[in-house]
Amino acid sequence: MSGTTIIEVRTSPHLHGPMTVETIMRHVIYALLPIAAFFSWHFGLSAALLLAVTTAGCVLAEHTACRLSGKRSTVNDYSAAITGLLLGLTLPPGLPLWMAVVGCLVAILPGKLLFGGLGSNVFNPALVGRAFLQAAFPVAVTNYTPGLAANRFVEFIPSTWAVPLMKPAPLNDWLAKVAVDGFTGATPLAMQKFDHIYSELGPLLWGLGPGSLPGCLILLCGAYLVARGMMDWRITASMIAGAAATGGIFHLVNPALYPDPVWVVFTGGLLLGATFMATDPVASPVTPRGMWIYGLLMGVLTVLIRNLGGLPEGVMYAILFGNALSPLIDRLTPPRPYGARKAQVPQ
Amino acid sequence: MNFFGAERFFGPKRLWRGIHVPEHKEQTAHLPIRRLPFPPLLIVPLSQHAGKPAKAIVHEGQEVVRGEPIAEADGLMSVPMHAPATGRVERIAPAPSAKGELTPAIYIRPYPGASQEVLYGAEQNIDQMTPAQVVAAVQATGVVGLGGAAFPTHVKLKVPEGKKIDTVVVNGCECEPYLTTDHRVMVEYPRQVLHGARIAMRAVGADRAVVGVEDNKPDALAALRAANGDRPGILIEAVAAKYPQGAEKMLVKVLLGREIPSGGLPADVGLAVFNVATLAQIGELLPHRQGLIERVVTIAGPAVRKPGNYLIPLGTPLRWALEQAGCTDQAVSVVLGGPMMGAAVGSFDIPLTKGVTGVLVLAKGGANGEAHVFPCIHCAACVNVCPLQLDPSHLGLLARKDRYEEMETVYHLNDCFECGCCSYVCPAHIPLVQYFRVAKQMNRERKARS
Repeated sequence: MSGTTIIEVRTSPHLHGPMTVETIMRHVIYALLPIAAFFSWHFGLSAALLLAVTTAGCVLAEHTACRLSGKRSTVNDYSAAITGLLLGLTLPPGLPLWMAVVGCLVAILPGKLLFGGLGSNVFNPALVGRAFLQAAFPVAVTNYTPGLAANRFVEFIPSTWAVPLMKPAPLNDWLAKVAVDGFTGATPLAMQKFDHIYSELGPLLWGLGPGSLPGCLILLCGAYLVARGMMDWRITASMIAGAAATGGIFHLVNPALYPDPVWVVFTGGLLLGATFMATDPVASPVTPRGMWIYGLLMGVLTVLIRNLGGLPEGVMYAILFGNALSPLIDRLTPPRPYGARKAQVPQ
Repeated sequence: MNFFGAERFFGPKRLWRGIHVPEHKEQTAHLPIRRLPFPPLLIVPLSQHAGKPAKAIVHEGQEVVRGEPIAEADGLMSVPMHAPATGRVERIAPAPSAKGELTPAIYIRPYPGASQEVLYGAEQNIDQMTPAQVVAAVQATGVVGLGGAAFPTHVKLKVPEGKKIDTVVVNGCECEPYLTTDHRVMVEYPRQVLHGARIAMRAVGADRAVVGVEDNKPDALAALRAANGDRPGILIEAVAAKYPQGAEKMLVKVLLGREIPSGGLPADVGLAVFNVATLAQIGELLPHRQGLIERVVTIAGPAVRKPGNYLIPLGTPLRWALEQAGCTDQAVSVVLGGPMMGAAVGSFDIPLTKGVTGVLVLAKGGANGEAHVFPCIHCAACVNVCPLQLDPSHLGLLARKDRYEEMETVYHLNDCFECGCCSYVCPAHIPLVQYFRVAKQMNRERKARS
């Protein structure tokens, strides 16, 4: 205390919790890795390469765009890598890589950076990329190749290496070689919707259907994030509940035409969407009531699109719609502040 | 309170929102209260409380006796000051204060070898006093809220016109990390705390008191329960430790399920809330007609050599107190109060006053170092912890856009008491509380202009 002592004057609080944006994002990547590993194991080399390309594509796109606009690169917050991984997981494993790169560019540039980067994007960037691909390449994006093909770790799916802007070679020869019995290239949801053929539920739970990821594994990975306090379970729970309830009503009305709620929940991208995309904090509401409304709305919309719309799967559009509504939901559901109700006067 | 032993199943009552902060109380919780020697010069500011400054009634060169009044209350919203040590008034002049401004103060140079014993005062029988007389007697002690707010206690004891107070709430939570002053007071002076509670019950006309103590202080609970015995009227209740449970609004909700209306007072819901240290001082001073001349201050933190709970004479310069406790060369910042709501000081020459609960010396590389501020990712962590159920996320975004008026009218900015939970949990390290302080100040200035 002798001589001149320099002291720092900061404002309270003088403590800070352990959580940082970077930690949260890193743990989201950890939680996605088992799913990515399963995806790669199930579909082989092409799937692994697709994930690598989408992840690298998103990170590079963000890094380059930041540098070109003379700003500090923001890739070290890991959010671009998450966008890339999620985008890859929503695409069929045999998608031509050049299309995947287009998806990355759309996801990062107009989907994220145009709005102002992390924290400012209105929509989940991965889904923006995915929606663009669905509109631009409707056939390629819905064309699933069979999983567990014998030569999947040796050989790429031919369409992976399709030349940009050229019509990809038909897969028939390759499919005949792979020879998976009864494979039609359609997802369980498409088969159910258009041909009324139900895939068995069992394999779907473990992600062995052609177009689906392992529901149980996704829930487990989500539970990891919830346990670490890095994800809001309310959105996931309410979206699943909304979908199950709506699906249940349809099923009660016409069991022959509409699947039962468990099937509804475990098919398609519902669980991946509800766990990792709808919960994207940037594009979802912050108020407690808002989160429930947002999740329920997306669950209901998903099933309405599936059952009444022209598409077999509605998770993507339901979430994008929910993203668009979330500022409005926030506005309409302000939390009731402490002491706002009428004073309780004791007798 | 405790239906069919519900507590056995669900544990003690707990705060719904709020946060669990590392307590760091192990540094000083077990250390008995010790006296600090008199400093060479005491600086007794005339304004150590919320309200009007006191008026000096001594002149330069006058000799004062420890415990003797040296300044009188200026109206109802004011309290007198008493001489913390026997000595001579050196001068009456402005002195630096924790807020940075100069305030008038009485400088007293204690006599070498002045005794710590208080001889000033006279016995008075409280049982024969009317509530109004109790209020006046409490004002004469100069006691203010010792939990940090320094609001004159007698004002809270005066029941507002048309209100009835049925319960006195005694706040023994001390939820701020590091601080253990209330804890030690409860352990060492439980009888004074309970006596003060009975005096407060008498003044406000309440027939019961509830003492809320966080369950991380089992020895304090045991001491209070032992001191109370089976006498009716005072209920001592454990509540699960969580920050900011010691805030009056939170504790009232946890203990009694009542919500103090926005902008209102505890009296609006039939309550009067007092800190344990405040009541202990009333219980100790009032029967002897003495004045508040010292208080317990926790000196702790990662960069303190001899952390402890020190009974310091009011007006002790911070520099003296820190020299007694000793700082390591890692010291980088000194905070008055707890780490969540306390203010960092810019000078060591300020005196320690009635509202100072603790002195924290923080070390280099602490949790409050430079951190990269990310944009808000709308993670809702702040919304989930805000004990007042505000929306700090939107408040923060509005503050960035200078929309201060909307923060107040639509998002209840003025309910915020700056507990710091939102800033603590924010993964983007956004200084939310600081934004809110600025916004409140801007609103005040705008109103003052119009």
